[in-house]
Amino acid sequence: MAKLLEVQNLQTQFFTSAGIVKAVDGITYDVDEGETVAVVGESGCGKSVSALSILRLIPDPPGRVVGGHIKFMDQDLATLSDEEMRKVRGNKIAMVFQEPMTSLNPVLTIGLQITETLQQHLGLSREDADERAFELLEKVGISDARRRLKQYPHHLSGGMRQRVMIALALSCNPKLIIADEPTTALDVTIQAQILELMKNLTRELGVALIVITHNLGVVARYADRVNVMYAGRIIESGTAEDIYHHPRHPYTLALLRSVPRMDLPRQAKLDPVQGQPPDLTKLDDGCAFRPRCNFATDKCKSSGPKLETVSDGHATACWHHDKLINALETA
Amino acid sequence: MSMENTIKSSDSDVLVQVKNLKMHFPITEGALIPQVVGHVKAVDGVSFDIRRGETLGLVGESGCGKTTTGRCILQLEKATSGNILYDSVNLGQLDRIGMMPLRQRIQVIFQDPFSSLNPRMKIGEIIAEPMHVHNIEADNRAREKRVLELLSVCGLNPKFADRYPHEMSGGQRQRVGIARALAVRPEFIICDEAVSALDVSIQAQVINLLEDLRDEFNLTYLFIAHDLSVVRHLCHRVAVMYLGKMVELADCDELYDNPIHPYTKALLSAVPIPDPTIEKGRKHQMVKGEIPSPINPPSGCVFHPRCISATDGCSKAIPEFREVKPGHWVACTEV
Ligand SMILES: Nc1ncnc2c1ncn2[C@@H]1O[C@H](COP(=O)(O)OP(=O)(O)OP(=O)(O)O)[C@@H](O)[C@H]1O
Ligand SMILES: Nc1ncnc2c1ncn2[C@@H]1O[C@H](COP(=O)(O)OP(=O)(O)OP(=O)(O)O)[C@@H](O)[C@H]1O
Ligand SMILES: [Mg+2]
Ligand SMILES: [Mg+2]
Repeated sequence: MAKLLEVQNLQTQFFTSAGIVKAVDGITYDVDEGETVAVVGESGCGKSVSALSILRLIPDPPGRVVGGHIKFMDQDLATLSDEEMRKVRGNKIAMVFQEPMTSLNPVLTIGLQITETLQQHLGLSREDADERAFELLEKVGISDARRRLKQYPHHLSGGMRQRVMIALALSCNPKLIIADEPTTALDVTIQAQILELMKNLTRELGVALIVITHNLGVVARYADRVNVMYAGRIIESGTAEDIYHHPRHPYTLALLRSVPRMDLPRQAKLDPVQGQPPDLTKLDDGCAFRPRCNFATDKCKSSGPKLETVSDGHATACWHHDKLINALETA
Repeated sequence: MSMENTIKSSDSDVLVQVKNLKMHFPITEGALIPQVVGHVKAVDGVSFDIRRGETLGLVGESGCGKTTTGRCILQLEKATSGNILYDSVNLGQLDRIGMMPLRQRIQVIFQDPFSSLNPRMKIGEIIAEPMHVHNIEADNRAREKRVLELLSVCGLNPKFADRYPHEMSGGQRQRVGIARALAVRPEFIICDEAVSALDVSIQAQVINLLEDLRDEFNLTYLFIAHDLSVVRHLCHRVAVMYLGKMVELADCDELYDNPIHPYTKALLSAVPIPDPTIEKGRKHQMVKGEIPSPINPPSGCVFHPRCISATDGCSKAIPEFREVKPGHWVACTEV
């Protein structure tokens, strides 16, 4: 399948009084057309910053993209002017955030927010935009759509607001949607509805999706491929099957082991990743996970491993990945 | 039939009894002469008991009344009707002074570790405060010693005693909340979404801590949460609420293996399993629609507008909460 997005050695840093935060420290990955890629990893590992960097939405100061290339639809995004970049954000790449209330304008009706976007980006007439807004709300499963168009964001429940955000994201026929924790604030039944909706829409319309989440269950259900991040880097990437059944990085393994599983006999004790996440201002050349890693040796101290392919489409950044073959079975 | 009749009279192993609890919040309109124009039926006739040493899970969607139930047990809300019996004492009949010793025996851990800790107090002071209030540990020395003990019990470096909440991570702050709750040697702790805001790895650390403490101090927990996998891991029995009502209550394994209420089934089926192979083969039964408002709850069974098994009768009669198998309670007429 054709490559839609190519991220090459992306580096983003924040220049703070406490030092330089290496929030994203050289990540490389692709997204194919129509594909769903999940990004997982613990809080503060750089998931959101990596997504915002692609869209050129990093607040400067204190932050800056300091290195790397981003190619989208065969175009180098770095060569675009701010105006051209704004067009890409409106038309080709859309973003859905965790808390829709902060991204919807509280003083404008739902209808106006959608039609304005449609008029601006697609140049539709008022009437056509109205009609399209109605269709979009219906498409995202909002009943009584005509009435909803006249309402304000605070009239809607959290689940409905998230649907409106998805409608807005879809309004300009994007090629790529980046969803940052799109359902974390929602209840399980509503979460399932929203994710099902996004999955169906991406299938139906051939839109690619990057979904950022903490929820390993959500990833298992919806992702084609998974990037596991730790301390600003991708430390393992592969298909969902690779990552869940044949993890080859100790952090991935620890992450999988730390969640209670509803489908398995109850464990006596959970097996969490021990210790605390690293301070991103104090990273050295070694592997950032080594203080918490059961497999760490002196080698891990001197130089950090690079992502290395272990099988087709499956890569890991660990000197000791061979020791992890069949690690899940022997647990 | 009320639940009262069926609780065995060997009540000594029952620590908390909630009997037909109702909490209806008035909605007022008008700035000058406020008038009550309706009620939020946050909790609407809920009965259950919590046994000594057990962990009872309380689950259900946002706004179904979990926190309100917890607040009523703590006597932070004055219930509209119904009774809370703690160790056979009717809490509703106690005055402030009479309630004091119970405030020591019952503690709570909240969801948001940040907003529940005073930002201007050092961690050591935060943990020592309830000891002052309840006059535990006579002198400052003993209190300080106990603070250090509690920090280490909760897996925190004693150095943290001199730090402030903003200098700690979310998981560390949650441990402080737990240490503070333990300071007065409680026997019963209400954990209201105590691990929900935490990252999976930190969450697992805190769950293990709660389990260790339960074993060590023989604690009883009411564990309020929306993550059904976590609840299964930690709880002995589980109660499911929907829109202010109790819809199902059973032993943990029984509830997860043989759910009876259509809402419980839908909830369980909505939880994604962290295994792509299983997820591919799994059939998901989606609940349609949104959660209705507790101001005008649906007639009859409150779940009927979203229920796939609903019949005409479901919109008319309120289903009674009955024991369909020993220890397995359900409020549904269609099962
Ligand atoms: N404006 C900022 N100034 C300084 N540091 C920042 C800023 N924004 C983000 N960071 C730092 O960059 C790192 C990555 O943050 P990011 O928001 O990408 O994490 P995340 O993986 O999305 O975490 P979460 O799961 O909690 O959302 C963090 O250590 C964070 O503290
Ligand atoms: N003081 C109050 N006044 C009016 N309504 C209230 C009050 N406290 C709670 N409610 C309402 O009562 C209902 C139950 O709220 P409660 O906080 O108990 O739900 P919950 O099950 O804990 O939800 P969540 O999972 O979101 O924490 C909600 O509709 C809420 O808006
Ligand atoms: Mg984030
Ligand atoms: Mg609550």
